[in-house]
Amino acid sequence: MGDVLTYLESPVNDRLLGFARPLADAAGGDLVALVAGAEPGSKDASAADVVLEAAHPALSPYLPEAHQAVLAAAINEVSPDLVVLENTTAGLDLGAAAAAATGRPFVSYCVELAIEDGEARSVSGIYGGQLHATANTRLPAVFAINSVALHDAPQAAGRGERAELAPPAKIESLRTTFVEPVEQPDEGVDLTKADRIVCVGRGIGSKENIEIAEELAEALDAEMGASRPVIDSGWLPKARQVGKSGAHVTPKLYLSLGVSGAPEHVEGMQGAELIVAVNTDPGAAIFHIAHYGVVADLFDIADELTNLLGE
Amino acid sequence: MNIAVAIRLMPKVGDELEVDESGTDIDRELVDMAISEFDDQALEEAVLLKEATGATVTAVGLRSDGIDEALRLAYARGADRLVVVDAGEIDTYDSRTGALAFAEAFRQLEPDLVLTGVQTPTDVFGQTAPYLAANLGWPQANVVVGVTLADGTARVVQEYAGGRLAVLGLDLPAIVGVQSASSPPRYVAMARLRQAMTEASTETLNVSVDAPAVPSSVVSLARPASQAQATMLDGEAEEIAAKLVGVLRERGALPG
Ligand SMILES: Cc1cc2nc3c(=O)[nH]c(=O)nc-3n(C[C@H](O)[C@H](O)[C@H](O)COP(=O)(O)OP(=O)(O)OC[C@H]3O[C@@H](n4cnc5c(N)ncnc54)[C@H](O)[C@@H]3O)c2cc1C
Ligand SMILES: Nc1ncnc2c1ncn2[C@@H]1O[C@H](COP(=O)(O)O)[C@@H](O)[C@H]1O
Repeated sequence: MGDVLTYLESPVNDRLLGFARPLADAAGGDLVALVAGAEPGSKDASAADVVLEAAHPALSPYLPEAHQAVLAAAINEVSPDLVVLENTTAGLDLGAAAAAATGRPFVSYCVELAIEDGEARSVSGIYGGQLHATANTRLPAVFAINSVALHDAPQAAGRGERAELAPPAKIESLRTTFVEPVEQPDEGVDLTKADRIVCVGRGIGSKENIEIAEELAEALDAEMGASRPVIDSGWLPKARQVGKSGAHVTPKLYLSLGVSGAPEHVEGMQGAELIVAVNTDPGAAIFHIAHYGVVADLFDIADELTNLLGE
Repeated sequence: MNIAVAIRLMPKVGDELEVDESGTDIDRELVDMAISEFDDQALEEAVLLKEATGATVTAVGLRSDGIDEALRLAYARGADRLVVVDAGEIDTYDSRTGALAFAEAFRQLEPDLVLTGVQTPTDVFGQTAPYLAANLGWPQANVVVGVTLADGTARVVQEYAGGRLAVLGLDLPAIVGVQSASSPPRYVAMARLRQAMTEASTETLNVSVDAPAVPSSVVSLARPASQAQATMLDGEAEEIAAKLVGVLRERGALPG
């Protein structure tokens, strides 16, 4: 009986459909994919059973207010047991708002989600990934799934039936406008192609200290990468950011210095072949993803490594 | 122009977290609470807007241990007015309930613009900005990395996956969830901080919220069950470095 409604961003996210398919099977209903845009008909979401198309010029480029209204309308139309979004900007914009607008509970940052005895049981990473919270939620409800938990496209095709969702009247009187895309300078760095990355986090402490990591990177013939706070502080250029809002990297070696391992960072580096982490805090979340860990002051280790490699 | 910043608290970055006896929450006796790192960014953006436009900044927090100090720090950083929202016996660490209390406060305070952090790192139940949008019916954008004010609208730079950016215009009043401020949060000299701690005063705003029973609750809180725990290398720095180089060589991760 219970349907699962997925909110799909453009381009269509097959991994979210792959995540949601077993939930639809467990709930005994259809996998419904909402595609909202100026031309939703051009989107292939045939891995779903029903592709719900909402077409309106205000839906692309993305406007939170417009997409929120459409998602709430879709929830009211389909009455799904579960609504699942990816915890991207759209998830952070729409999930809580759509849940509140339709009177449903919302659980965010999920890394696991299953249906047991008619209830949802979810595990979410909070406190920067340091702790996992298991929650029980009565259905119907809305869930935002962390990107790290999305793996494969669905095994089998769905029915792929197409249906139309009339955009709600609200979309004609939006108080949000799209002004312009922001052109970003090409900084000539592409971390996605790097074989080795030395990644510094807030533990590096200051702009002056970056040099210490750079010497190590040179000795390793590695590119410099950084966590978001380092980039936000202006210590390294944006093109060197690793994570959700930076590069998704897959080097042979990823060596982190003073990075705590927040889920938004891990999203961008979990695909590295060999992960080595140096952190003074033995409880740092990065040690859950690293292959080799060192609990020590990053400056001591960086110095010794640079010396040793320079010999 | 009145800008309000919704401030939530979280354990100081770096404080070690322990789960309490209930098994569903952290032990707050063991940690110091400070302004949530993302709300800190929202506060900075509000102060930058004040400097650019002469707007008034009101820092608003929910009554809880540590909120007074947090708001006084906001004053030292440039907030003009400090409001503690007292909603009685509510769970201020629950984002859903917290948002209801903030929404009620903003109905009374009538700001033109509300800034808050992109997410609350301390609970699973969602983000303050979109909850406020739903509760107040105001336009909203989350994951914002810069705000300017022009012609009665807020222009916000919204960030998407991979760091892509676009500028959106929001009619006021509006709600903005800030990911990072246009420049890093400023550091205030100790003397100024001490002065603010004695000089600033907070107002209390009593609100009543009717928090519906939500059929969703945390049943356990624990360190992640690690699928693959790292192999830890120990010893003196020199030994560790030698072991590491050995590992890298063995794994073919060294250059050349
Ligand atoms: C929508 C969104 C998108 C985001 N996108 C990204 C992204 O793309 N990339 C990203 O990185 N983050 C991103 N974040 C931010 C993320 O949530 C974390 O805040 C960030 O990753 C933390 O960076 P950090 O590990 O450097 O800092 P912290 O969490 O402060 O960790 C610093 C670490 O350094 C250690 N340390 C301190 N001193 C030393 C020393 N001397 N030696 C060794 N260790 C030391 C500490 O123990 C600590 O573990 C995003 C957040 C949101 C909400
Ligand atoms: N002098 C200061 N100026 C600005 N922010 C501060 C200052 N002191 C502390 N903070 C902030 O308050 C929080 C707790 O800091 P501390 O009490 O120094 O550990 C941190 O998130 C800092 O951002």
